[in-house]
Amino acid sequence: MKAVRTPEENRRISWFCFFATLAFLGLVLLLDQLIKPTSPMYMLLTVLQKGSVYALAAVSMNLLNGCTGLFSLGHAGFMLIGAYTYAIFTIPSASRDTVYQYYDAAVRFSFPEVFGNAMGPAGTALGVLVAVILAGLMAAAFAYLIGLPVLRLKSDYLAIATLGFAEILRAVCQWQKLGPITNGSNLLKSFARVSKFKLVLGSTKLTLSTFVPVLIAAVSIMIIVKLINSTYGRAFKAIRDDEVAAEAMGINLAKHKMISFTVSSFFAGVAGAMMAMVLSIAQASNFKSAMTYEILLMVVLGGIGSTSGSVIGSFLFVAASEWWLRGLDSGTFLGINAPNIFRNGFRLVVFSVIIMIVVLFFRQGIMGERELTDVWLNRRRARQKKKEAGK
Amino acid sequence: MRKDRPCILKTEDITMQFGGVVAVNNFSMEEYEGEIVAIIGPNGAGKTTAFNVITGVYAPTNGRVSFDGKTVIENCPRGKMKKSYLGENAGKYTHVIEPTPDRLTALGMARTFQNIRLWKSMTVFDNVLIAKHMKRSANLFSATFGLNRAEDRQQREEADALIETVGLADVRDELSTSLPYGKQRRLEIARALATEPKLLLLDEPAAGMNPQETVELTKFIGEIRDQFHVSILLIEHHMDLVMDISERIYVLDFGSMIASGTPAEIQANEKVIDAYLGVTDDA
Amino acid sequence: MDKTILPYLISGVSVGGQYALIAIGYTMVYGILRLINFAHGDVFMVAGLMMVYAAAAMPLSLAIPLVIILTVLLGFTIERVAYRPLRTAPRMSVMISAIGVSYLLQNLALYITGGLNKNYPQIPWISDRVTVLGMETSRVTIITPFLTVFLVVLLVLLINHTKIGMAMRAVSLNFETSQLMGIRINSVISATFIIGTFLAAVGSMLFFTNYPGVVPTSGAMPGLKAFVAAVFGGIGSIPGAVIGAFIIGIAESLIKGLDTILIVNGTITEQIGLATFSDAFTFVLLIIILVFKPTGLFGEKTTDKV
Repeated sequence: MKAVRTPEENRRISWFCFFATLAFLGLVLLLDQLIKPTSPMYMLLTVLQKGSVYALAAVSMNLLNGCTGLFSLGHAGFMLIGAYTYAIFTIPSASRDTVYQYYDAAVRFSFPEVFGNAMGPAGTALGVLVAVILAGLMAAAFAYLIGLPVLRLKSDYLAIATLGFAEILRAVCQWQKLGPITNGSNLLKSFARVSKFKLVLGSTKLTLSTFVPVLIAAVSIMIIVKLINSTYGRAFKAIRDDEVAAEAMGINLAKHKMISFTVSSFFAGVAGAMMAMVLSIAQASNFKSAMTYEILLMVVLGGIGSTSGSVIGSFLFVAASEWWLRGLDSGTFLGINAPNIFRNGFRLVVFSVIIMIVVLFFRQGIMGERELTDVWLNRRRARQKKKEAGK
Repeated sequence: MRKDRPCILKTEDITMQFGGVVAVNNFSMEEYEGEIVAIIGPNGAGKTTAFNVITGVYAPTNGRVSFDGKTVIENCPRGKMKKSYLGENAGKYTHVIEPTPDRLTALGMARTFQNIRLWKSMTVFDNVLIAKHMKRSANLFSATFGLNRAEDRQQREEADALIETVGLADVRDELSTSLPYGKQRRLEIARALATEPKLLLLDEPAAGMNPQETVELTKFIGEIRDQFHVSILLIEHHMDLVMDISERIYVLDFGSMIASGTPAEIQANEKVIDAYLGVTDDA
Repeated sequence: MDKTILPYLISGVSVGGQYALIAIGYTMVYGILRLINFAHGDVFMVAGLMMVYAAAAMPLSLAIPLVIILTVLLGFTIERVAYRPLRTAPRMSVMISAIGVSYLLQNLALYITGGLNKNYPQIPWISDRVTVLGMETSRVTIITPFLTVFLVVLLVLLINHTKIGMAMRAVSLNFETSQLMGIRINSVISATFIIGTFLAAVGSMLFFTNYPGVVPTSGAMPGLKAFVAAVFGGIGSIPGAVIGAFIIGIAESLIKGLDTILIVNGTITEQIGLATFSDAFTFVLLIIILVFKPTGLFGEKTTDKV
């Protein structure tokens, strides 16, 4: 059950979440130092990196699809914008000409360099941050323009129109006339990527390749949660539950749908930037509608409408497909050796069957519409009741 | 009649045509501050359509609505409708003002729905609190980053006070859809009141209620008017309720107004009796 | 200039015919279930793959009917397993289920083919090269529009003059009432899926004959375009879907050759890569129609009751 909270409980929960996140970040920083690329546990770091990218993407999609009830399938398009913006503005000027081998690069500076030259190492970090935020803003700006015509559309029409826009964005990015900016259909590389993120303190060198994406995702998700719990978040839910009633109670539909759409796209753009820095390449042909579908399935796995569900769903999705079910692709799984069955692609088949089972028989997903904090709160209350009964 | 008071709502010749059907035809009415006015009529007479025009859900084909001394809705037959328009006074109105319902709510109109439209995944408290969203001064950033604590607390207190007043305090944390029918209606009214309206529009508030509940509701509507200083416009089928609390009544039949007046006048009006009981050719 | 445009026009009409056959499946399912059957394009792809394997194992005279039967069976099964249990669920759940099925079919195809491009078998006679109006093309290009129109006419007759057709029309007008009137909803829906997948199977044979091969994602883009065609024509309307499909097929084909056409025309002097937009243009068309006439060319207007 969804727990109704008193303001006092709300405060407790906020602090609890804050410290839990801090502890988690600390743990990630530690793992980053302990696990070397050669270790068999290195998969854990990969899962944490990719998982945080998808977690942010899923949470931002959930803000739109789950909380506002706008069924949009344009996420891959906004992630594409984010990834490209980030990549274009962080390619070092020395590498520009090799990256843009067929074109004359139009953007000739990179934020990490510009800020790095002015302020030293801290400036480089700031430059990356600026590029990430710009990636989000760019995605939000596109979302605003796209939202003007399409947000008036109802459910499935909205879905197909946003899907269409994502495809258009992909085609535009690959157009040879935009080559000087987007490098046409060729990939973008050599930009600031996670494997280069390090903190040098005197003689100690801290690896930050997992910490940085997890940190960005954590901060972004915290902001989204704050938004969902604010008066705007409640208005979004009112629109989801009953649009006509929401409008009659003075909620401006066009404005609020647009806010939800642009905010969601902003964070999709940030997730796109993160994806670029994790994969160390950005290529438009990767951002197909299949990516949107995958993110949607993560949201469904976690439970539509639940932010913590989306996070759990995406980490499970990534861990299962990248790590736990690996054996299904490479001959041996759970000690069973059957190279004829367990060959390339079997993992994804098993995985999609699992997802279909969730979709058909566990429609609530893992969390339903609850949050982890609701579960925690209900437990706490049950304990208190017991205590009182004991007295 | 309270003609000494300012006019809160005035409709002039509102006409609503769907294709070749004129659902509301030249409906003009007035309501003065503090009044309870009812629109009655047989099924399909166009009452709810008139309501939807006044609250901005439909843009009228022709006519004007003024609220609190300002013209808020105005339209004239345009485009294809110019040729196929069947109503009267086609040239009388020239402006096009088509606000969305939320704009009208912001001006001080609030409504309930014939088929209850509560936000079903939310508690009673949340339903009332969300209706206060419109009154916020916080923008997206201050709301997200918690810079509007004082306002938030105040809105919560107001919502709680309202829930207390309408007698739903005992079910404050229940899901809105788990309430019995009568309480859901009450909650819809409370939610509308949370927007601090000057005019409250009730679309068949007693629909589906038993006589006992109807009596309670009648009393409740009267109390609301006095306590919240609102004017009330209602559509209703329960004649007991209508005759009991309304000061004036407009009667619609087949989209046209056939009578208006005090309950006593309406009860004596032959046209109204005919409309309700049906009239045969040789009668 | 005619000589430049003509090949693109002819291939556009042909592609349009193939899209039309897929689009009908979308539009019929949407008309009845209000569901975008995202898996339909993948069924189309699976039909292509089955043909590849069937043709390798048996003569074409056996392979063709077998593939059609298996495809129909697949469509029928998908509805039974993935959509029927969700009949009372919110629309979003069914749509997600459709996306799940699409994901499953693509991954299954990926597993079976190993991600390799599978060469589509040559079907004698229709793969032959012929010369029409002074240009050489394969016979399938010429046949497709005629076959499409023939099948569509047959389908329209079926819908307008048979009992099951009447039931389909009734269900698409009002689901609940039809149920109350004693129409066996489930068999109507099954029939819809059977017809839709049958046409998709035929469409896949025409489509892949003109392409080098089948890959797991082969169905996604034609599927989306066929759906756009259905929306463009007014979803639920069969003639609308067919006309929409032809428009989209022709437009797509012309854009593929737009650089060449414009160069011959003298508007531009070098290739500017407009062909990149041949897929995207479909969606531009979609958005234009959705914004200006959300119900499509032939769709009926619906209003929400308050």
